[in-house]
Amino acid sequence: MTQPAMDVSAGAPTRSYPLYLRDIAGVAAILVAGAAGYWLFPDNLALLTRIIAVALLVLSLDLITGYCGVASLGQATLFGAGAYAVGFACVHGGVTEPLTLMLIGAVAGATAGLAMGAIMLRAHGLAQLVLSIAIVQLGHEAANKFTGYTGGSDGLAGLSVNPLFGVFEFDLWGRTAYLFGLALLVVVFALLRVVVSSPFGVLCRGVRQDPVRVKAMGAFVFPVILKMFVISGAVAGLGGALAAISTQVVGLDSISFELSANALVMLVLGGLGTLYGALVGTVIFMAFEHVVSAINPFHWLTMVGALLVAVVLVAPGGLVNLAGKVGGIGRSKGSKP
Amino acid sequence: MSDLFRVDGLTKSFGGLAVSRAISLAMAPGERLALIGPNGAGKTTFVNLVTGQLRPNAGRVVLNGEDVTSLGAVRRVRKGLVRTFQVTRLFAEMTPREHVTLTVLQREGKATGIIGRFLGNHTVAEEVDDLLDVLGLVEKADRPVGEIAYGQQRLLEIAIALALKPQVLLLDEPAAGVPSSETPRIEQALARLPASLAVMMIEHDMDLVFRFARRVVVLAAGAIIFQGPPAEVAADARVREAYLGNYANARRVA
Ligand SMILES: Nc1ncnc2c1ncn2[C@@H]1O[C@H](COP(=O)(O)OP(=O)(O)OP(=O)(O)O)[C@@H](O)[C@H]1O
Ligand SMILES: [Mg+2]
Repeated sequence: MTQPAMDVSAGAPTRSYPLYLRDIAGVAAILVAGAAGYWLFPDNLALLTRIIAVALLVLSLDLITGYCGVASLGQATLFGAGAYAVGFACVHGGVTEPLTLMLIGAVAGATAGLAMGAIMLRAHGLAQLVLSIAIVQLGHEAANKFTGYTGGSDGLAGLSVNPLFGVFEFDLWGRTAYLFGLALLVVVFALLRVVVSSPFGVLCRGVRQDPVRVKAMGAFVFPVILKMFVISGAVAGLGGALAAISTQVVGLDSISFELSANALVMLVLGGLGTLYGALVGTVIFMAFEHVVSAINPFHWLTMVGALLVAVVLVAPGGLVNLAGKVGGIGRSKGSKP
Repeated sequence: MSDLFRVDGLTKSFGGLAVSRAISLAMAPGERLALIGPNGAGKTTFVNLVTGQLRPNAGRVVLNGEDVTSLGAVRRVRKGLVRTFQVTRLFAEMTPREHVTLTVLQREGKATGIIGRFLGNHTVAEEVDDLLDVLGLVEKADRPVGEIAYGQQRLLEIAIALALKPQVLLLDEPAAGVPSSETPRIEQALARLPASLAVMMIEHDMDLVFRFARRVVVLAAGAIIFQGPPAEVAADARVREAYLGNYANARRVA
């Protein structure tokens, strides 16, 4: 009777231990890649900072799509909420302390996430997806319309932000912004790994796979997804805030259907439900966009489309899953043919 | 009023099809009841009505003297009204250990915490090990459910239900798809349950029904046509009539 029980309790830690190691390795990999970017592309730090901001958006999308199974084509609503909140606070409200502004972005994103989740979760399936598009379009129109506050299509310009910690100025080359963004990404990523490995994270995975089963286990589904929407909103809001602070302008593109759709493409490209996929997908998509659009400004989208088709056909689980299979380090989850 | 659980006049139709016709039934604490009936009799629908997956057109569900008819499925589970599914509903990517751990955490109100490791709680882990052991799932505990045999998935369904510490347990064909060498597992697991609990088992395997049940209820075309001890069910004329060919098969098994 005690024999199997002992085997099992010995088995449990060995299973979670490599995961824990993997997360440390993951954070280290982000830092190494980030540092390499800093040294290799010193003239492109603005682009790299943009990649980090978008990576936060794609991470936020992974939380609701990859973990909870709610697809959205309106995730930039939450990104835009963070960006515009920072813009308002800075330009109209006179708030110039960068960490305060980041906090404002996160809170605005979380609030928008709460509202968006409450609306989207009233529908299911295709209707839900359409609802997400409608919400981002409404947000876009609102930002376009209230020119007095948002600057309309010219964008909300003139954010002047104090030095970080009162010491590091946001310089012309974007070094401070980039390093700040990198640190932010690492912290957010590590926190999200904690969240998705927690009981709540596992419950979300359950909700994605079978909500009826989750209810029969005695757990409510709606509040769980809504909670994830709030967390997702905070992360997307931080991305928007970073974009606003680093570029000192908030444009209509930050709350657009296009950005939302691209975020979903990046997520599918990298792979859903791992957080790693979100990062890989963002970097590859944006690097591809940058390089190919320089070579051929007219057909780069065609190329991205072809890349996506190839990935979906060859590696339906996304690039991270493919890499996992090839390298034998992936989870056994995607082992179906 | 000593009933632990009772339904009064439970009625449900889908379009014009009456699937539950004024079903009334009571279960005392410790009751072991088998609900049988031909295919399509409305047994699963009855479970769905009782546990809140479906809303009845009329009738009441009463647990411990409290009318729970207006409560949703989640609240009924939390009050101790627990079911298993005839066709397994599990998370294909998760392991048996994860399923049972999640269930125990939920029961303890800890399933929505965002800090703290999922498998980090020692007391929970011990309880989970114990449940997996009872249902013979220790070896497959860390395999994704999609990769284990269907019979073991059926056993996991039961482990999840037991992890909820039910007061009333409704098992919808627990042995369907379980190899006969493994059915004693189900009986052992049920034998370990606290005596106070009421168990209703829907089952086509008459051997199992006779060993398990003290009372048999027969449902046909949505209505109860027989209630009584297992020994009398085979002799009942209406039951024979309801089963026709089906019943001949069931008899051969028994
Ligand atoms: N959601 C539904 N919509 C319409 N008809 C339904 C629905 N659910 C069940 N039915 C019908 O109700 C009848 C009873 O079905 P139910 O699943 O309750 O039978 P059962 O006794 O569990 O049968 P089995 O032994 O095959 O599991 C069947 O004729 C079925 O087709
Ligand atoms: Mg049935």
